[in-house]
Amino acid sequence: MSFINYSSREINCKIVYYGPGLCGKTTNLQFIYANTNQQAKGKMISLATETERTLFFDFLPLSLGEIRGFKTRFHLYTVPGQVFYDASRKLILKGVDGVVFVADSQIERTEANIESVENLRTNLQEQGYDLDKIPYVIQYNKRDLPNAAPLEELQNLLNPKGVPYYEAVAPKGEGVYETLKAIAKLILTELRKGT
Amino acid sequence: MSGPQMVMYDEEFQQISAVCERLSREANAKIVFLVDKNGQLIASVGATENLDTTSLASLTAGNIAATGGLAKLIGEKEFSILFHEGEKDNLHISIIGGRVILVVIFDSRSSLGLVRLRVKKASDELNKIFDGLMKKVQVPGAGSPFAEITDDDIDNLFSE
Repeated sequence: MSFINYSSREINCKIVYYGPGLCGKTTNLQFIYANTNQQAKGKMISLATETERTLFFDFLPLSLGEIRGFKTRFHLYTVPGQVFYDASRKLILKGVDGVVFVADSQIERTEANIESVENLRTNLQEQGYDLDKIPYVIQYNKRDLPNAAPLEELQNLLNPKGVPYYEAVAPKGEGVYETLKAIAKLILTELRKGT
Repeated sequence: MSGPQMVMYDEEFQQISAVCERLSREANAKIVFLVDKNGQLIASVGATENLDTTSLASLTAGNIAATGGLAKLIGEKEFSILFHEGEKDNLHISIIGGRVILVVIFDSRSSLGLVRLRVKKASDELNKIFDGLMKKVQVPGAGSPFAEITDDDIDNLFSE
């Protein structure tokens, strides 16, 4: 649910990075944070455990420039990926405008990816959203690893509807901005349709 | 999409800011701000220059969401008031009309009792303003300013 502020001429949208534990959601945000100029970003907040596993969420506010005199601001959130943090994941999906699913390409993580996509669908439903109707893109992360599954196989398993997808190596930034741009565009296109 | 789109107009924004400013004055608060439940900052008044209000808004909403989750687990609808006591500054957080969050930051120049009293009065006023706002948004034809944007507008945003 985007927030249009006519008074400050701003539009705020919420993007959530979803995916199984250790798939690279936080790494996506860290790369964006490290490579965005100072004026365009706010402070990145990570609520993580001592071992740097996300406990509640990461948060990064970004402004992308103006459209028709309105400042566009995107609030990027990640969810904790580990299975037992489901209650927290549900909360973060509240008011979401678009979802990026970060899949871990490693063949051993196939089950975890499938489980996480199903969990995403269920949790969205609980908030009254339909994954097939909201802006949604998939990022296949860790493409540089030797044990990465073939793209075609991942597509068959995780992307039956054929939503936009991107290959990525998040620590190096490959595919990170492409993914962000894609979801931002889908959200703005959705806004044009109105609600 | 679930729930109506959150929209803020200049008229309501002025009214809301006025209520927040009066609350800040009457409660002897340092800062008063309003956040929607999704973590977007609606208004802030007081000494906010050196404060990261965007992060505060997001964490406040996270806090309310988490305590709301706790409330449901023990069979409560929500906890409508939260209070965090610090060494110098304190946070008073309350939910207004189930949809927006009012945060008051105050120090020893005020007291919890005074803040609670003033917040209660301000909440009623804010609730009325938001009721009106919601009705206004639901009127058909109150279209999005983005209805007219083109693919080029969107592409331009990403051309660096």
